[in-house]
Amino acid sequence: MEIILFAILLSAGVGFFAYNAWKVRYNILLGQDIDRSDRKGERLKTMILVAFGQKKMFSRPIPALLHLALYVAFIITQIELIEIAIDGLSGHHRFFYFKLGGFYTFMISFIEILSVLAFVATLAFLIRRNLLKLPRFTMKELMGWPTKDANLILLMEIVLICCIFSMNGADEVLYSRGGSHVEFAKGHYDFAISSWMGPLFFQNLSIDALHIIERMGWWGHILMVFAFLNYLPYSKHFHILLAFPNTFYSNLEQKGKFTNMESVTNEVKLMLDPNADPYAAPANPEETPKRFGAKDVTDLTWKNLLDAYTCTECGRCSSSCPANVTGKLLSPRKIMMDTRDRLVEVGENYRKHGKGYDDGKSLIGDYITEEELWACTSCNACVQECPVNIDPLSIIVDLRRYLVMEESKVPSELTGMLTNIENNGAPWQFAQTERLNWANED
Amino acid sequence: MRVPTMAEKMANGESPDILFWVGCAGSFDDRAKKITKAIVKILNKCQVDFAVLGTEESCSGDPAKRAGNEFTFQMQAMMNIEVMNAYEVKKIVTACPHCFNTLKNEYPELGGNYEVIHHTQLIQDLINTGKLALEGGETFKGKKITFHDPCYLGRANDVYESPRSLIEKLDAELVEMKRCKTKGLCCGAGGAQMFKEAEKGNKEINIERTEDALETQAEIIATGCPFCNTMMTDGVKNFEKEGAVKVMDVAELIAHAADL
Repeated sequence: MEIILFAILLSAGVGFFAYNAWKVRYNILLGQDIDRSDRKGERLKTMILVAFGQKKMFSRPIPALLHLALYVAFIITQIELIEIAIDGLSGHHRFFYFKLGGFYTFMISFIEILSVLAFVATLAFLIRRNLLKLPRFTMKELMGWPTKDANLILLMEIVLICCIFSMNGADEVLYSRGGSHVEFAKGHYDFAISSWMGPLFFQNLSIDALHIIERMGWWGHILMVFAFLNYLPYSKHFHILLAFPNTFYSNLEQKGKFTNMESVTNEVKLMLDPNADPYAAPANPEETPKRFGAKDVTDLTWKNLLDAYTCTECGRCSSSCPANVTGKLLSPRKIMMDTRDRLVEVGENYRKHGKGYDDGKSLIGDYITEEELWACTSCNACVQECPVNIDPLSIIVDLRRYLVMEESKVPSELTGMLTNIENNGAPWQFAQTERLNWANED
Repeated sequence: MRVPTMAEKMANGESPDILFWVGCAGSFDDRAKKITKAIVKILNKCQVDFAVLGTEESCSGDPAKRAGNEFTFQMQAMMNIEVMNAYEVKKIVTACPHCFNTLKNEYPELGGNYEVIHHTQLIQDLINTGKLALEGGETFKGKKITFHDPCYLGRANDVYESPRSLIEKLDAELVEMKRCKTKGLCCGAGGAQMFKEAEKGNKEINIERTEDALETQAEIIATGCPFCNTMMTDGVKNFEKEGAVKVMDVAELIAHAADL
């Protein structure tokens, strides 16, 4: 009975996640193409250092250590999950216990110690967010759902850890009384934490009560895992999976290098070529872009969109953004959140009404204002700070390109600057013929 | 001060080792012109075979590209590339991190392939190879100097050490701001902000950054960018500290120390 229930739950949990993951993939692939298939070795190295090794987290050591505890606990607990899956489908109890012997005790002990650290980290994160109210967690864009989302994840983690300890603790007491499972005689697991925590909490309980607690812990654990897995695609917390592909597909160029717009290059070449036929049909009509720059999420690249789903809203970008710290409207984190929210909306629309459906809304205007875009100094602090190599600047630049080249919406002082460059080759009104005057001045 | 142009060099059948890209600020801004001259003095002193484009130089296009106007940027870039390729330019030095970044990273895809270095890198090389000695001039021994990282030199191109090594060569005490190197705070001029008013906020970015600099108690705020120089100078004036704290380019410090 339990086996059937578990099998149903497992397939439902994994199946529903797969469906939602497919939707996310569909949405990301709505983005424009960009080639990130080169330099595989360097990409792998970046992924190992930045995602797996958490390199960039350590620019702020205390949160990095707390996060590391959660991260390592999460990774190592996957081993236990394999056992839970095997036990659940086969009716065994602690399938690996007799197979691995002393290593099993070591492994579960390791998981237990990390779980305690993760528990401390989770509490610290909850305190930091709700009691200490760190500025980057109380910015405007986090009001409402994003804050609830963050707290919900932290609470889920606490429940998960409690389940692990009630499972192991109750089982320890059961084992010591010879009542754990038919395959188990009287004995001790000797796990690092539950070997003393179990007796401490559960010593006076009856065998039946202990069995109930052990089962509640076991089922609670796996239910939380399924809930968590399926919550991911709806949550900022997707970074635990997407950090890996996102860092793999990082921009490997110098941060100062903005992309070259080839469509513009072709037109500029025509303008500068005295022999060009201005009325000639484009050589490759299909390659003519719909528009210059980005008005909506589908004009951005798939990497921009992957960035948006990877963002876990930690706010390191915004807390280092010169515009944001001086009270301007711009917040790089909000740029990422807006991009994701709009993408989810566009994806739903396309699936409901057909690909290409126009709901009359766009990323610029309905989500991101011109004021935000023009506040950016392109200083790359946000790009530098992001622990998972998200690039908010490239989105800001593409949105600016649309404003300037498609809508001619430029702040008036910049119009003057651009006209000067076009007329006299300098952002100020100085004649090019005067460019060397400095050499003759004192 | 000898400032040969590429055209003169070509007329004499010469091809200089390096092109000094002066940039718009270095050509027209009164404060930045002093930095340009300091660099020329250093180049003259070390007998570097260089030339400028002079009236053939035009805006690199950086502010247009950052402002989102790719057309204007590429027009500028292609015209400059045509001029430089005609002179068979191989190596460029510039005092403007914005020109530096654009020439180095964004010109290659448009057909301009050059080795581009920042003036602090060139000066570092001149000192290391013994061509430039820091003696006879103003002494900076023991003076507190802080370095403000220009975003387009630091984060954008990972050049952090060259300017710092020069300050250390002055025997000065290099004091770092709380936000420095990869975490350096922008002066507020980048991304074409230099040419417009800032958006509404509760503070100007250059004020926030000047506070960082003043906190170090440094007597000199050194930088390596004409725009950072303007922003920091304005910031210091805002705190009415211009008597006590000077904002100077690293090249000027070196030129002073070498009595040029």
